[in-house]
Amino acid sequence: MTDQAQLLPGTLDLLILRAVSLGPLHGYGVLLRIEQISGNALLVEQGALYPGLFRLVRQGLLNASWGTSENNRRAKFYELTTAGRKRLREETDNWNRLATAIGTALSAQPEEV
Amino acid sequence: MRFLAYLRSLAAKFFHRSETAEDLEEELRSHIQLRADDLERSGLSRSEAERRARIEFGGYEKFRAESHEALGGNFIETFTQDVRFSLRLLRKAPGFVIAAVMTLALAIGANAVVFAVMDALILRPLNVPQAESLWGTVYGDGSGWQSYPNYVDLRDRNRSFDGLAAFKFVFVGLDTGKDPSVSTGFAITGNYFDVLKIQPYLGRFFHSSDEHGPNSAPYIVLSYAYWHSHFQDDHGVVGRIVQINKHPFTIIGVAPSGFQGTLLFLSPDFFMPIVNQEQADGESNLNARGSDSGIFEAFGHLKPGVTPAQALADVNAVGAYLEKTYPKESGRRTPSLGHPGLSSFSGPARAFVAGLMLLAGLILLAACANLGSLFAARASDRSREVALRLALGSSRKRIVRQLLTEAMLISLAGGAVGLMGSVLLLRRMGSWEPFPGAPVHIPVTPDVKIYVVALFLALASGFLFGVVPVRQVLRANPYEIVKAGSSGKVGRRITVRDVLLVLQIAICAVLVTSSMVALRGLMRSLHSNFGFEPRNAMTVGTNLAMAGYSADQVLPMQRRMIHAIETIPGVASVGLVNNYPPLAYDAGTSVNIYREETRDMRQSNAAASPYRYEISPEYFRAASTALLAGRALSWNDDKGAPVVAVVNREFANKLFGSASSAIGRYFRMQDGTRVEVVGVVEDGKYRNLTEDQQPAMFLPFLQSLSSHSYMVVRSNRDPQQLSAAIRSKLSELDAVLPVDIAAWNELLAVVLFPSRVATMALGVLGLMGGILSITGIFGMAAYSVSKRLRELGIRVALGASRTEVLQAALGHAVKLLAFGSAAGLILGLLGTKVLAYIVYQATPRDPVVMAGVVIAMALLGLLATWIPAQRALSVDPLMLLREE
Repeated sequence: MTDQAQLLPGTLDLLILRAVSLGPLHGYGVLLRIEQISGNALLVEQGALYPGLFRLVRQGLLNASWGTSENNRRAKFYELTTAGRKRLREETDNWNRLATAIGTALSAQPEEV
Repeated sequence: MRFLAYLRSLAAKFFHRSETAEDLEEELRSHIQLRADDLERSGLSRSEAERRARIEFGGYEKFRAESHEALGGNFIETFTQDVRFSLRLLRKAPGFVIAAVMTLALAIGANAVVFAVMDALILRPLNVPQAESLWGTVYGDGSGWQSYPNYVDLRDRNRSFDGLAAFKFVFVGLDTGKDPSVSTGFAITGNYFDVLKIQPYLGRFFHSSDEHGPNSAPYIVLSYAYWHSHFQDDHGVVGRIVQINKHPFTIIGVAPSGFQGTLLFLSPDFFMPIVNQEQADGESNLNARGSDSGIFEAFGHLKPGVTPAQALADVNAVGAYLEKTYPKESGRRTPSLGHPGLSSFSGPARAFVAGLMLLAGLILLAACANLGSLFAARASDRSREVALRLALGSSRKRIVRQLLTEAMLISLAGGAVGLMGSVLLLRRMGSWEPFPGAPVHIPVTPDVKIYVVALFLALASGFLFGVVPVRQVLRANPYEIVKAGSSGKVGRRITVRDVLLVLQIAICAVLVTSSMVALRGLMRSLHSNFGFEPRNAMTVGTNLAMAGYSADQVLPMQRRMIHAIETIPGVASVGLVNNYPPLAYDAGTSVNIYREETRDMRQSNAAASPYRYEISPEYFRAASTALLAGRALSWNDDKGAPVVAVVNREFANKLFGSASSAIGRYFRMQDGTRVEVVGVVEDGKYRNLTEDQQPAMFLPFLQSLSSHSYMVVRSNRDPQQLSAAIRSKLSELDAVLPVDIAAWNELLAVVLFPSRVATMALGVLGLMGGILSITGIFGMAAYSVSKRLRELGIRVALGASRTEVLQAALGHAVKLLAFGSAAGLILGLLGTKVLAYIVYQATPRDPVVMAGVVIAMALLGLLATWIPAQRALSVDPLMLLREE
């Protein structure tokens, strides 16, 4: 547990979008998927996931519908809308630019200045 | 169908909301179940797995609330929740709710009433088309257009008005075939209705084309109200003949119902052409350029593009022309323009209403301060509850919102109650006729504007006192409060509540001060020297012109009437005065007089302009006016005798230096007549009580004729018996002569009416101020006693004396009270300058007022702290300590 990183503020939405983009998921599934695709490196507080999910639904980036889970429990499934897909692309690009920039900045050597 | 669809969607929204909430719960539960399934698979028992899953999930309520908010659109739901919660809380404190609602109802009601009066008198224009471009010349000394010939010149020479109309009042005997009665009408110029651009409800109006010289247009237009009450809405009334002072007039039309003349507070029964005024007044003044009573007000629409300033310059130019052309009759006067409706009363009325509005605003402010401190006290009592809610994950925003909802509920309830009260009061005021027989009324009608104002005031004041405890909530540290318990810490020495209480008491003291000043002013004007004795004196008004007497019949009839009344047993003396006695109906005529040596009788050379009275020889005795020097008038001072006058002391001092040196000296009238002064009487009041000392002169009525006169009858008999006796005596002389009998004091009541109303209004506001300060001090004292009951118990147990207990319990409240009262007294005394506009003789540094305010505030304080003091004294330490 201790080697798991805390989420940066504002990155939860991006992670949810990414997780759902790989296929429809219920809330708990989103949580598992994020853990899985981040190689168990990211910690999401379980309850905190839902306000995020609902926010995205309200923005029209996700669609929600009731269904049955793999172990036969009623659960709500989320999938990406077209707007959500577009937003994911933009946010991913943004993130990559930011990460590159910060990476470059942090790896700058004294003689390069 | 569309409506049905709308209903359905509305219903769907409501059901949808609770569906969402259930949905949410189910989803969160399903999450925990799924997690528990996983944990169970890893080898835990089912119950242990579910427990772990719930712990891992985190603050369930917090996330549920956040999720709910993230779903959005739950404003209404939160709001209804807040309302329900607030109602539940308020129901637990009915005393608090009643006190708060009543306080606000008083304050908002007072404001609504004052606003309605302001709306009626100042904000609302006359009910005629394009009232905003209608301007009138202001009557009074500021106006130059009080004679009919001057009006005609102004009408024809000005280049600013699109037609200039004018009117004056007439009081006539109107005989519609049933019972002849005295009616009030407007004598109007032919273009009056055309200038106002209004159309008749029935028949037709008269026009300029109907005027062909004096008494050429015997037409009358009835007001809608008079038609309704005297002709029962009879549409066949047009063409019927009625008698005005025994002269036949033809009814040609009825004015529309919304039109009640061009004066707000006096609605005439009828309109007649001013060219026929001789038949109404008994004498013609159509050609009297020097007369002050030709017209009351002239007004018209400004031509397009003409500003009021340009119009005033134009009017001034015509005035300068008249002054040059008719130096004897037309003096230098500076006219001003104003919207018609209040005419010369607009200045005082504005000042009065503005003053009232200010005081009513102060009442509301005091009420808000009162409720603010009550709410702050409540909030600090509830600090534990607030702390618990914060600790359980409620947001501060939500708590503040709930507190504000509570404040709004209170203020809306207060506003509703206040509005109901004020609407009732306004209805009463609107139908109130302060003077029986005269169509004077206060033109207030409760309309939608009042509702809007009350709603706005309720919301604004709710917000004002609702925000007071907000800071307290925002600063609250749940951990500290829960740990420390409800008794709390002593805290800073001066709290927001203290400041609010001092503010409130100061405001209340200002109100009490102003009502005291007003009361004092009224008392003083009631006891000032009138120059006559109104007690035990009846006035008997007759208008012989109304009864059809010709000029040469008037004097013999007046002598017969005097002698007839003198024979009534118990009558000490009877005096007659032409037109009106002093201090009746704000009436009075002043004329220019000149020194004996003056030959050029232009107005600027006048030595004085005294009030002019024509009296019978017995008048001074009947009025109890003291003769200071010389002799009174006698029956020998008649037409053939030299012209003589009795003057008052002010007149004598002004022209001749002293009362004694005036006897035997001469002055001149406007027409050059030499008048000898034969006597000097004491000074008095003539037109109203607020006037500065004015000169006056008394001429023999035998030398100048007037068919309208009042007799003053001095007698110790019961007024009702006396007036019956007078009436029967006079009906022996003439059975159909209308007679107006009233005690002189009743006439005074009319003159005193404005200051009575002012005193009443200020008195009511002062009373409200008093009530508010009682509730404020009481609330504060009761609260501080209840907070410190345990401490007081310990003090009593340790042997504190009663005074020590009282000092501990109430010392703070009393200190605040003294401080606030002192501040309010000083402010109130500074503010009496403003009051002087409203109230006669409002003197700031009146020891009686000061002492009165101090005593009143002390009494209020005593009253308000009585119950809490009793409670503090009856503390039983054993009971209290056991409770802990």
